[in-house]
Order: sequence, then C-alpha cells, then structure tokens
Amino acid sequence: MSALIHKEYPVEMADYDHAGEASADIKRQLKQLGVPASVLRRVSVASYEVELNLVIHSEGGVLTLEVTPEAVRLISADRGPGIPDVDLAMREGWSTASETARSLGFGAGMGLPNMKRNADDFNITSKVGEGTTIDMGFRLA
Amino acid sequence: MKIKDIIPLIEAKVITPEADPEKEVLCGYTCDLLSWVMAHGQEGMAWVTVQIHMNVIAVAALHDMACVIMPESIRMEKESIEKAVEEGICVLESPLSGYEICGRLHAAGVPDKD
Repeated sequence: MSALIHKEYPVEMADYDHAGEASADIKRQLKQLGVPASVLRRVSVASYEVELNLVIHSEGGVLTLEVTPEAVRLISADRGPGIPDVDLAMREGWSTASETARSLGFGAGMGLPNMKRNADDFNITSKVGEGTTIDMGFRLA
Repeated sequence: MKIKDIIPLIEAKVITPEADPEKEVLCGYTCDLLSWVMAHGQEGMAWVTVQIHMNVIAVAALHDMACVIMPESIRMEKESIEKAVEEGICVLESPLSGYEICGRLHAAGVPDKD
C-alpha cells in the first residue's frame, strides 16, 4: 500500500535545545490524519524516546516517519557509534548517558524498553563502528 | 477538577496566562527524572517538577498533560515558558514544596495516575 506520509527528520548529537521537535511534528502530522488517540500516544512516547536516544547516544542520524493505511512506522538510523551489547542496553535501568544528559533528567535507562513496550513491532540492529537502526511499527487496522 | 480550581488550592501564580484554565486535571504526579516521566506520564496530568528546561514542556505536551507545576517558587527558563505557550501547556508556580502541593491536590480529590 502506498505511503500517506513519508518524512525524514535529521537529528543531531547533543542538540538538547531542539530535542523533541521531530516528535512534536510527528504528533501533529498524525493528529491531522486522524490517527486514534491511543495509537497517537504510543507513537508519541516512542518517537520522543528514540529522538532523545539519537541526541544523547548517537553521532547523529535520521528519524523517518512512514504512514500507510495499515500502520505507522518509525525508523531511526544513526551514524554510530553502535551498541556493543544490545541485550544489556535493552535492560531497564541500564544507561550509558553522559553527565550532561543526566543533569537534564535523562538517563534512567528506560528508553529502549519503553519503545518496545509502546510499539506493536520493535526491531533493533546495531554494529559497533557503524551504527544502530531501530524499526518500530504501530498497527492502525 | 479544573486547572482554575487548583490554582488557589496550591497558592499558584499562572506563568502562562494564554493556557486554558478550564482544562480538566485528571491525575497528579511528581518526579524530576524526565525519562521516568516519559514512561509513566498520562493525559490530563498535573506534574510537579523542579526541572526548568525545555524538554519538560516536550514531555508534558507529548502526554497531553494538563499542567506543569514548579514548586518552591522555582522559575522556569524563559525559552521553556515560550515553548509552553506554543504547545498550550499551562505552567504554574507555587511557593509550596512538592510534598505540600501533592498533599493538597490529593486531599482535594485529584487521584494518582492509573
């Protein structure tokens, strides 16, 4: 099925001042499309978590929103540094966030588990030295 | 209970007069760890936090919260207030401690989150 929306949002490392802007736009776009509130809320939480992860942990990347009549899809692809142990990173409470991130109230180690909890489908692949890709799907029909 | 009802209750000053005081407050919460609130926030929440930066508003807006309450007369950053106005999030500043604010809200019937 053809995409109703396909939009890419570049997210830069350590750009805390603009963190959340991509997620706010994603929420606006989906609201306009009439996506049900329950799905909208889950997508919003997951998109903010993944956007913040790009800001806090990555060397920059792109967040892509894709909407078809069947599903909302969020794909985050970064330029590195990659996660050495994905299972460990998925564990609640585990965090490698910087002091700056922690001083702003981030780094509770809830990001990845919270994305997984909110998405209907969650896939993460990572390679050290290359980068991390997170692919999340939210069913509409 | 509406935002306009909790204002006198917690002796608050409205920092964003543009926000709708008729909005319903559905539950109350206090936490300063944003990533924790991201995981536990809810629609219509009155959230007490000492954090003052812009990401507070982003979290409140994504959850469709009713208002953000700054305890102990803490001043929110100017950029955050502008962002709150843009997103339609009400910001209240109270001279009371977070403990006292939550106590008064709870006693007045504002429930805990689900």
